[in-house]
Amino acid sequence: MELSRLPGFLLRRGVKAVIVILAIVVCNFLLIHAAPGDPASVIAGQSGAADERFLAQLREQFGLDRPFHVQLWIYLKGVLTLDLGFSHRQQQPVWGLISERLPATLLLTGAAFAFAVVAGVTLGTLAARRVGSWSDSIITVIALTFYATPLFWVGLMLVLFFSVWLEWLPSFGMGTVGVELHGIDAVLDVGKHLLLPAATLGLFYLAVYARLTRATMLEVADQDFVKTARAKGVPEGQVVRRHVLRNALLPVITFAGIQAGQLIGGSILVETVFAWPGIGRLAFDALLARDYAVLLGVFFCTSVMVVGFNLLTDLLYAVVDPRVEVEG
Amino acid sequence: MVLSRRGLIAAAATAPVLMRASDALAQGVAPRRGGTLQMMLTPEPPVLQIGVNQQGPTLAAAPKMFQGLLTFSKTLEPMPVLAKSWTISPDGKEYIFRLQENVKFHDGQPFTADDVVFSIMKFHMELAPRARAIFQLIETCEATDPHTVRIVLKQPFQPFLLMFDATAAAIVPKHLFDGRDYRTAPAVQRPVGTGPFKFTEWQRGNFVRMDRFEDYWKPGQPYLDTIIYRIIPDSQSRRLALESGQVMLSQASDIEPFDIPALRQRPNLEVSTDGWQYYSPLSWIELNHRVAPLNDARVRRAMSMAIDRNFIINRLWFGVGKPATNPVASTTRFHDANAKIAAFNVRAANELLDAAGFPRNAQGVRFTLKHIPLPYGEIWTRLSEYLRQAMRQIGIAFELESTDAGSWARRVGNWEYETTINFVYQFGDPTLGVERTYVSTNIQRVTFTNTGGYSNPQVDALFQQARNAAAAADRQRAFSEVQKILVEDVPQIWLTELAFPTIHDKKLHGVITTGLGVHKSFDDVFIAG
Repeated sequence: MELSRLPGFLLRRGVKAVIVILAIVVCNFLLIHAAPGDPASVIAGQSGAADERFLAQLREQFGLDRPFHVQLWIYLKGVLTLDLGFSHRQQQPVWGLISERLPATLLLTGAAFAFAVVAGVTLGTLAARRVGSWSDSIITVIALTFYATPLFWVGLMLVLFFSVWLEWLPSFGMGTVGVELHGIDAVLDVGKHLLLPAATLGLFYLAVYARLTRATMLEVADQDFVKTARAKGVPEGQVVRRHVLRNALLPVITFAGIQAGQLIGGSILVETVFAWPGIGRLAFDALLARDYAVLLGVFFCTSVMVVGFNLLTDLLYAVVDPRVEVEG
Repeated sequence: MVLSRRGLIAAAATAPVLMRASDALAQGVAPRRGGTLQMMLTPEPPVLQIGVNQQGPTLAAAPKMFQGLLTFSKTLEPMPVLAKSWTISPDGKEYIFRLQENVKFHDGQPFTADDVVFSIMKFHMELAPRARAIFQLIETCEATDPHTVRIVLKQPFQPFLLMFDATAAAIVPKHLFDGRDYRTAPAVQRPVGTGPFKFTEWQRGNFVRMDRFEDYWKPGQPYLDTIIYRIIPDSQSRRLALESGQVMLSQASDIEPFDIPALRQRPNLEVSTDGWQYYSPLSWIELNHRVAPLNDARVRRAMSMAIDRNFIINRLWFGVGKPATNPVASTTRFHDANAKIAAFNVRAANELLDAAGFPRNAQGVRFTLKHIPLPYGEIWTRLSEYLRQAMRQIGIAFELESTDAGSWARRVGNWEYETTINFVYQFGDPTLGVERTYVSTNIQRVTFTNTGGYSNPQVDALFQQARNAAAAADRQRAFSEVQKILVEDVPQIWLTELAFPTIHDKKLHGVITTGLGVHKSFDDVFIAG
């Protein structure tokens, strides 16, 4: 990659990204408002008693009494100035609600992501090197099992095993509440709580990476340049590392790019089962409560992440495979 | 226990502290200071300022921080809280409350009669529909001295006192709300009340923490140091948290009914369904009378007769709750045990429909009705699936349409449904919690009004009579009469008197002592050593 072409590339992609994100914001806004029910009727439906004045007050407070295009315009103006609005239901600014929950989700999905990529690629490589052997069969079967098993079920089984039977790990939450912990103790405490949810979320992706790596490595291993490398006497380990794996990684990077984009939205089930206070739950609760502003805010953050990681993936291609050039 | 409780209540008007102490002694365990109580809150409420929000979880958690003038025993007798005594004039129009002295809000400001007047006449009047409907009967409400409040009603209103529990009209600090927009005032995010626990921290999606209020007005109380509500969204995870001892108490819908039999087997857990007398939730199939043939009383009666309510209680709710017998729950005042809906009888139901002129077609179906299950958990879906089977036996096809809470509220509120499930709190008195579903003056496009559109002038008149009468005997006559009419007319198909299990570690004492169960302040709850 020629570095001189980078600024132009980033500029062109940046402009495109902004347009894409704005289009997504408008689509989300339209879709959300098309869902039946509004936050006022949800609150009335859960309050045990309501009258028409109550509904009217809430709608006025939430700004729902204004014409639709005015609501859209106000929201768009907000997004353009990076103001994600205000959740009238929770009486808090949306950005505050999201940023409060963002670290928890990034920690969970980041840990799961790292675990899945490292373990998945390693297992896939092992399986491909000994294709047809018993270790290959075991890895393939395990990968297929986790790929096919519903996440929440894996989570519940892990809880049953490690929390209920063995009593080794806590079954929910992000830390021990009600006890003051400092320094290394606090880190260990969070780590203990993180283990099960991260493993649950990671196992599914691990399966994907293992299968993907194995398949592409087998494909690459048959290519002429690998045979050439072997013929000229390159040691087997180096053949695998430098020739096979490096070329086999492109599809893995593509997939990792897609997964990274979903880092903040893709863990609703795991966050639910393990009561992890992340952003997936925030979005889900906001959806049920028709808390439009919060939901749009989460969607906005997710779309920024997806667009951002796509850009990053494209740059990574060029690093891994010099034949690929960055193009706007 | 019940007999002695009445005696205690009489004494309590002058010595409430004594009564609480004797309550604990009656259990044979001496209260112990200290400890952290972890429980659960489901679903997570948007704000904890009672009044601004009146959802179930708020009503359970906020009374730890806020108090009302009164609370109510299991037989719905008033018990003193912030009001140490009260008198009612013989004509039933003048109420005088004498308040506890030396009560402080969590911010150190003293609690006075001005806070009471503000809370009733401004705060709840502006915010809470239920309080507004009752408090508009008030002609004057004034602080005659810093510790006395005098309220004069425009007309006698016998259930008036029931509106003074913390969950109906919590006393809020005037100095933090007056002159501000009540919904956006800073105190909404950091609630300040007179209760035994003060708000400390709320990590959304994770937990709410409240700590012991050192200046609480009852000497020696509360016993607990800290209360922590964990937010656990998944019902199986909640069950595991309770089983593994990570939380000590579950309430309301924390635990699905089908998990109860297993929890009953645990030797360290106590399962109770007591403490719902004030709410007495009644469930029913909500019918839209604008949809033919649901406007035909014979059809409604036949549908009601096709349902085996014992099956619902025993097989779906595993013995929690009991079959409904009429529109007034048996734990609500003025319930008339003589007014009963027709018994379960599929053959008679079929004959009734035949006679009403709804023949079966080739597939054995008389007519089809759409049905929306209540979107508040798995158990309600199971109930609707049972009802579909029950209706098929009398040739009515139920088409189930799943939806979420937002759509459900919208569709019921807009009358865009044929049949659904609903359950409604009765608040101790039919005028407060039953009337609203049946009188034609309350047909509104809002949930929990008469959304079904039932209209019967006789029923309207009787509810009005019971509302306006000052004497309990006169009210009983009108309520008995209206219950007789309603069980014949079946405007809604009552199913069960719901109860929710409170499951707690046996080390925890004093959890359910009133008719409000877990909705009380917990100042007398303690963890035995």
